[in-house]
Amino acid sequence: MVKRVVITGQGAISSLGLNADATLSGMREGRLGISDLEFRDVERLSIRIGGQIKNFDAQSHFTRQQISLFDRFTQFAVLAAAEAIAQSGLEFTPELSEKSGVILGTSGGGLQTQDDNFRLVYQEGKNRVHPFIVPRLMNNAAASHVSMIYNLTGPTFTVATACASSNHAMGQAFHMIRAGMTDVMLTGGSESMLCFGGIKAWEGLRVMSKDACRPFSADRNGMVQGEGAAVFVFEEFEHAKARGANILAEVVGFAMSSDASDIVMPNKDGAKRAISGALRDAGLNVDDIGYINAHGTGTTANDKTECQAVNEIFGDHAKNLRMSSTKSMHGHLIGGTGAVELLACIMALREGVIAPTVSHRVSDPDCQMNVVPNVAQQAKITATLSNAFAFGGLNAVIALRAAP
Amino acid sequence: MSDSVKTKVIAIIAEQAMLDITEVSLDASLDDLGVDSLGLVEAVFAIEEEFDVQVPFNANETENADFDISTVKSMIAAVEKLVAEA
Repeated sequence: MVKRVVITGQGAISSLGLNADATLSGMREGRLGISDLEFRDVERLSIRIGGQIKNFDAQSHFTRQQISLFDRFTQFAVLAAAEAIAQSGLEFTPELSEKSGVILGTSGGGLQTQDDNFRLVYQEGKNRVHPFIVPRLMNNAAASHVSMIYNLTGPTFTVATACASSNHAMGQAFHMIRAGMTDVMLTGGSESMLCFGGIKAWEGLRVMSKDACRPFSADRNGMVQGEGAAVFVFEEFEHAKARGANILAEVVGFAMSSDASDIVMPNKDGAKRAISGALRDAGLNVDDIGYINAHGTGTTANDKTECQAVNEIFGDHAKNLRMSSTKSMHGHLIGGTGAVELLACIMALREGVIAPTVSHRVSDPDCQMNVVPNVAQQAKITATLSNAFAFGGLNAVIALRAAP
Repeated sequence: MSDSVKTKVIAIIAEQAMLDITEVSLDASLDDLGVDSLGLVEAVFAIEEEFDVQVPFNANETENADFDISTVKSMIAAVEKLVAEA
């Protein structure tokens, strides 16, 4: 029997704020979370801005032993998970633990740990590194630590599909509960790529902006990276109802596709198949959708392709839709981005507040839609989509509906 | 046009286009030569390595005022300028 899946908790950390509420306040206000990057060797980069989380003190959240095992991407995931579980009010009994798991997205995993330790051995010539480098840098470290902290003993793993990692992760979590495999899943994603090696590699692609992320603006000049995490409690509907949980939204559809065409250039047909697949899976019509959280990277290639795909699927309804890119505020969190962006979808459903696309200056003939420029809008929204179109041509789209 | 810059830029473009250097005409665009966006980014990298310069190129800007990529000739001229300023 097919189960229904609802969201009963959310947690986040981003350059807009150190928890979900602070991040959502930033989105509501259209605040810019992008600033000058601060880390070692930044002066050797040509790209020096990002959605970096400043004023974050790991030592105030974690013990010395935890820090020796938690890369920054794990720290973010653990904090977001704690917030989500606290909000859900769940208590994990031994029976529930076995029916609960963790699926998180990340792309770089413990990249900070790799960067620091490669520097030690290659640049500084050291012949010894800390004994926990491997468990600290591995991509599944965040999911494993969340599982250990809460004794969640069901299906637990990490998904790495570049910029679609979080959406793919949340899609798997949704499928597991819907299929009756599990009752509760901690899911979302985390990323911390803002270090010298992380940005140096991106610079080479020539797609990064030196001044701002301006999705759907004709004067855009590229993407800006961010860091952080968001984690949600996905729960089987009857289970949530029986314990009187506060339901934030319902997850109603998910679809994924592969372009099978180019390793970096997006493809309209692949995007369309993921969008229409999510609508079909959710049993939604195009005119049910009031808001789309766009992939909206602020690259010419993405924006044009995404707008074409949406226009072709939504037809006349495209002009009634709102589609914004919150990456303009928090930057592109790569493997964690879909998770932080799902917050904007939930806010649209719960509060009727549509997060804006900030830094928007010039209307683009290729993006003639309501892209919610610069200032949040109010609208009654009953269903939303969140798009993610990754390098490698891997697309993943999630559909949410207002809480039942 | 200095011969050395011209010869080296043509060689870099020819390699990305998988053509013989004699097949790279000065008036051809990268598109004419079959160089795609990834090929262009690799060519820019090769130019930076060859001449030890920083090429002001952003793939999102259709008109790169500081680095005109419209034809082989314009690219050579842009590289000559960069080399002269270096």
